[in-house]
Amino acid sequence: MKDILTELENRRETARLGGGQKRIDAQHGRGKLTARERIDLLLDEDSFEEFDMFVTHRCTDFGMEKQKPAGDGVVTGWGTINGRQVYVFSQDFTVLGGSVSATHAMKICKIMDMAMQNGAPVIGINDSGGARIQEGVDSLAGYGEVFQRNIEASGVVPQISVIMGPCAGGAVYSPAMTDFIFMVKDSSYMFVTGPDVVKTVTNEVVTAEELGGASTHTRKSSVADAAFENDVEALAEVRRLVDFLPLNNQSKPPVRPFFDDPARIEASLDTLIPENPNQPYDMKELILKLADEADFYEIQEEFAKNIITGFIRLEGQTVGVVANQPMVLAGVLDIDSARKAARFVRFCDCFEIPLLTLVDVPGFLPGTTQEYNGVIKHGAKLLFAYGEATVPKVTVITRKAYGGAYVVMSSKHLRGDINYAWPTSEVAVMGAKGATEIIHRADLGDPEKIAAHAAEYEARFANPFVAAERGFIDEVIQPRSTRKRVARAFASLRGKKKPMPWKKHDNIPL
Amino acid sequence: MFKKILIANRGEIACRVIKTARKMGIQTVAIYSDADKQALHVQMADEAIHIGPPPANQSYIVIDKVMDAIKQSGAEAVHPGYGFLSENAKFAEALDAAGVAFIGPPKGAIESMGDKITSKKIAQQAGVSTVPGYMGLIEDADEAVKISHEIGYPVMIKASAGGGGKGMRIAWNDEEAREGFQSSKNEAANSFGDDRIFIEKFVTQPRHIEIQVLCDKHGNGVYLHERECSIQRRNQKVVEEAPSPFLDEATRKAMGEQSLALAHAVGYASAGTVEFIVDGDKNFYFLEMNTRLQVEHPVTELITGVDLVEQMIRVAAGEKLSIQQSDLKINGWAIENRLYAEDPYRNFLPSIGRLTRYRPPMEVASGPMLEAGTWHGDAPTGETGVRNDTGVYEGGEISMYYDPMIAKLCTWGPDRGTAIEAMRVALDSFEVEGIGHNLPFVAAVMDHPKFVSGDMTTAFIAEEYPDGFEGVSLSDDDLRRVAASCAAMHRVAEIRRTRVSGRMDNHERKVGSDWVVTAQGQRFDVTIAADHDGSTVTFADGTKVRVDSTWVPGQTLAHINADGTNLVLKVGKISGGFRIRTRGADLKVHVRTPRQAELAEKMPEKLPPDTSKMLLCPMPGLIVKVDVEVGDEVQEGQALCTVEAMKMENILRAERKGIVSKINAGAGDSLAVDDVIMEFE
Repeated sequence: MKDILTELENRRETARLGGGQKRIDAQHGRGKLTARERIDLLLDEDSFEEFDMFVTHRCTDFGMEKQKPAGDGVVTGWGTINGRQVYVFSQDFTVLGGSVSATHAMKICKIMDMAMQNGAPVIGINDSGGARIQEGVDSLAGYGEVFQRNIEASGVVPQISVIMGPCAGGAVYSPAMTDFIFMVKDSSYMFVTGPDVVKTVTNEVVTAEELGGASTHTRKSSVADAAFENDVEALAEVRRLVDFLPLNNQSKPPVRPFFDDPARIEASLDTLIPENPNQPYDMKELILKLADEADFYEIQEEFAKNIITGFIRLEGQTVGVVANQPMVLAGVLDIDSARKAARFVRFCDCFEIPLLTLVDVPGFLPGTTQEYNGVIKHGAKLLFAYGEATVPKVTVITRKAYGGAYVVMSSKHLRGDINYAWPTSEVAVMGAKGATEIIHRADLGDPEKIAAHAAEYEARFANPFVAAERGFIDEVIQPRSTRKRVARAFASLRGKKKPMPWKKHDNIPL
Repeated sequence: MFKKILIANRGEIACRVIKTARKMGIQTVAIYSDADKQALHVQMADEAIHIGPPPANQSYIVIDKVMDAIKQSGAEAVHPGYGFLSENAKFAEALDAAGVAFIGPPKGAIESMGDKITSKKIAQQAGVSTVPGYMGLIEDADEAVKISHEIGYPVMIKASAGGGGKGMRIAWNDEEAREGFQSSKNEAANSFGDDRIFIEKFVTQPRHIEIQVLCDKHGNGVYLHERECSIQRRNQKVVEEAPSPFLDEATRKAMGEQSLALAHAVGYASAGTVEFIVDGDKNFYFLEMNTRLQVEHPVTELITGVDLVEQMIRVAAGEKLSIQQSDLKINGWAIENRLYAEDPYRNFLPSIGRLTRYRPPMEVASGPMLEAGTWHGDAPTGETGVRNDTGVYEGGEISMYYDPMIAKLCTWGPDRGTAIEAMRVALDSFEVEGIGHNLPFVAAVMDHPKFVSGDMTTAFIAEEYPDGFEGVSLSDDDLRRVAASCAAMHRVAEIRRTRVSGRMDNHERKVGSDWVVTAQGQRFDVTIAADHDGSTVTFADGTKVRVDSTWVPGQTLAHINADGTNLVLKVGKISGGFRIRTRGADLKVHVRTPRQAELAEKMPEKLPPDTSKMLLCPMPGLIVKVDVEVGDEVQEGQALCTVEAMKMENILRAERKGIVSKINAGAGDSLAVDDVIMEFE
C-alpha cells in the first residue's frame, strides 16, 4: 500500500518537473517563469486544484512514442483569485516547446467546459511553439476544438489570455477570440506568420519583436490590451483585473469595501475646462477624481489615445468608463477609437458592467484615409454597441458634443439612462464658426456680419440648455459634484431591467 | 485709517496683504491680468479690476494702468507687495501726485537705496560697515600690495570692467597680491581693453544675513532682528530662517543699530531690509537695502509676533510706531522654505501648468503671533506652528508669465531643532501634483547635516549639489521604518481585496503574515503581527518596529508612528507595492509574499534605455522644425530642432558631436516629456 502512495508522489514529482531542470533553467535564462510558477503567482496561495497531470499524448509517429512526458505540455485546473473561482491553463514551454497536441488541446477543453458549466472565468497563459507537427491534423483538430469553446464561452464567462512567450500561426486565434489579451514586454510575441515566412513571401525583413512584440500589438495593431514589464507584474495585474470582473454573465459585477466618500466634492473640477475652447485638458484627471480611490484600470492605453476605456469602481462596484480625450486629436472619433470603444462597450454589456461615458467630442475625423477605410461602418460599431447595450448607462458631457458624434456617445436618444451635462457643455450640430458659414453663406464675404452671426449662434447653442429644455439632458450639474451625482445615478439604476426583442443575434456592422 | 486699499501685486503676497487688511477692517482691491482672472488674490479681494494682458510689462508694472485702477476703485492707499512696482520711485511719485498714500518708504529713500554706488556711499557716511576696498586707480604692483596690506588679506583684485570671473584674482599675501595685480591687469587689458583694477576685501565663508527695520514718519524706528538667507541657488533665496544660528548678541545689536542708522539717514518710513554679508569671523559688511516688504518677512513675524504689513499700513496712514526696541525679543525659531514650480531633477527647469492636486499641510497657530494676536485665520493652535503663504489653489494654474513660486511654507518652534523637525513633517504632508516642484529638494536640505548644524554659507547649494539634485536616499533607520510601514499597509490593502463579493464560501483567501519588502536595493524579510491599534513588524534579525497608523487604501498621505517617530508618507500605487515619497526621497517599495519574492528575483533587470545617444524632448510641446537629416554629422552646440512649449520656442542643441541615425518626429508633432526626438550613431 505504502509503495503505491510513494509511486503517486514519485509520478507527481516527475510531472511537476515538466521538461526537466535543464529546460527550466533555460526558461529562467530567457527571463521567463515556468508554467507552474506562473500559476503560483496568478492564484491565491495553495488554491490550485490540478487536473490531468498524467495525461500523455498518443502519437506514435516520428519516434514520438519514445517521449511521453506527463501532462503533455500544459498545466490545467482551477483555483481562486482573492477567493473567487477561476479556471486556468498554463502552457509549459519546457515540455516539447509547449506544442499543442490533441491531448494538450483536450486538457484545455476540459477546463473550459467546466468553467462554462460552473460559471467562472478562464485565464489562459500562452507559451507555445505552436502545433505539434508530428501529430498533423490531430493537432489542428485540437485547436479547432479550443476555438469552438472560446466562441461558445464568449459572453458567458470572461476569458483572459496572457501571452508569455511565442504564440504563432493558428494558435493566435484562440487568444484573439478571448476578451482580453495581455503581453509581456521583450519576451512574448504573436503573429499569424513569422519573420521567415514574411521574408520568403513578401521580401520584407522584420524581427519577431517588430512583427509581433508587445509594442506592436499595444500601439499599432491593438491586438493586445496591455503589456507589462515581466511575468511577475503581468500576473499581478491580471489578478487586479479579475477583481473588477464578474464571474459570469448571470452574476453581478463584484463589489468590495471602499474607503472613499461617494459624496466627495472635487472643487478643482470647476476649473478643469480651460477658458479657451480650443485648449485641451486631460480627461484622465476627471476619471481619477471620479473613481473610488483614484483607481483606474485602463484597457488599450497605448492605442487610439483619443478615446479612453477602462474600469473604475463607484461605491465599490465596477463601472466601465468610455471617455473622449481632448489631449489627443481634440478627442475626435475615428476608425480606431470607434473600434476600441465599441469592443469595450460590448464587453461591459455582456457582463452587466454599468457604463459611464464622459463626452467631449468635436465630431468624426474627416479625410480620405478615414472614408476609404470605412469610417462609416467602423463608426457605426460604436453607435450600435451603445444602442444595444442594456446595462445602466450614465453620461456626462463636459464640453463639446457636436453632431453625429454627440448622438453616438451614449446620448439620451440611444437610451442613455441618465445624461448629465456640465454648464461648460456645448450640445450642438457643430461649432459656431462652421454652422454660421453654412446658415449664412450669403454673408461669407463680410467678416463683420459673419462674426455677429457666429456670436449669435454661440449664444443660442453653445450651451447645454437647449438640449436640457428638450429633456435630452436630464440635469445640468456642477463639475465639483460630479462624483456624487454619478454615484447616485448608478445607485438609482441598480434594479434596471431592459428586455430587447427576441433575436438569434444582432448583425453589428463588423 | 484707510477705508480701502489697492494691492498692486498678485500671487501669495497680494493674498498676504489682503489678510491683514481684512483683519484691520480695510476694504481691498485686487488688480489682475488676463492670466489671473481666476487667481486666488482676485477671489479674496473685495473688488478686482482687470488691467491688461498677461505679460507684467503690459499689466502689473504699467503705472498708468495701475493708476487708472486706483482712480476707478477709489482706493486711498496702495500696497505694492514685492517686485513689480514696489521699488519704483516713479510709481511713488505718481501716487503722491494723485494724493494716494504709498504703503512703503518715501520716494527719496527708494531712489537713494536703489543705486548700488550711492547706497554704499550713504551707508559709509552713516557709519555702516561696508566691504573695505580701494575704488581709485591703482598705479602699479607696489601700490596694489600696499593697498591690499591696508585692507587686510584675503583681498579680491578685480578688473573695473570685469565680469564672469575674468580679470579676477584672490590674494592671501603680498606675493599673491603682486602677481594677481599683474595678471588681472593683463587679462583685463586683453579681454576688455580696459586695464583699470580695483581691490576689495575678499569675504570668506560668506553668509547672507539681513536686518528687518521698521520706521514711522515721526523719526521713530526699530529693528526686528535678523534673518539668515544663506541657502540660495544662483542668488535666489530658497530657505530662510530667523534668527540666524550664527550671530551672537553683540553682532546682532551692532548690525541692528547700523541698519537703523542707515534708515534714519535716508528718512526711511516703512518696513525695510538691510542686507549684509557676514564672514566666518562675524565681520559684517553692507550689501544693499531693500526698500520694500521682503518675500521672507514671515519668519520675522513668527519670532516677534509683529504683523509687518499691519505696521506698514499704520505708518503709511501717519500713525506713530507703538513698538519700542525693548519690546522686540527673539521668541523661538522660524524657518521658511520657498516652494517653486521648478523641477529639481531637471536642473530646476520651471514647470508650469495645472495644479491637479494642491493640499498644503494644515496651518497651526503657535508662538509669538498667537500670543500677540497678530495671527490671522482660524488655524488650530499647537506647540509648533505651521504657516503657509500661498496664492494658488487646487485646480489653479501656475502661469508662465510670473514668478513660479507656489507657496512659502514656514514653521515655528521654541528652538531651531523643533522648527526644522516641524518643517520636515510639514513638507512631507504637502501634496503638489500636476507640475514639477522643488519639494524633494528642500526636504533634502532640511535633512542635510550642514544645514542641521547651522554651518552654511551662500555657497551651500553650489558646493553640496554641484551636479544638480538627483534625489536622496533614506537613512538605514528611516528605510527600515518605511519598509515596516509599507508591509503593514500592503497587508491592510490585501485583506481588503479578499473582502470582494462573489467569493467561494469557506475557501476564502487567507492573507499571510510573512512578507518580503524590497526598497532602495535592499531586501527585508518581515513578519507582521497585527492588533487593533496597528502592527508589530519583526525583521529577520529579530528586531521589531511598531507601526501605528489608521491608513486605509486610497489615502494619499499615510500618517504613521513608527517606534515613536512620526512619519508622513506620500503614497502612490505601483504594481505590487507603493511609490513612497518622504524626506526628499522618492522610492518604489515592493511588498511580496516569500513565494512572489522568490520568483520576482528570477526576473531580468531591465536597464532603462541608454539615452546618451538620443535627443529627448525636455518638455511637452510641439515640434516647430527639425534642422537636421538622417546621416548628418552634427557638432556640439549645433541646433537640432525647435520645440514650442507654452508659446516659447526652445532650440534643442547637440550635446556632443555625432551622426544622426534616426529621426522620430517631424514638424507639427506634439510630444510628451522624454519622447525620443532623434537618435545618434
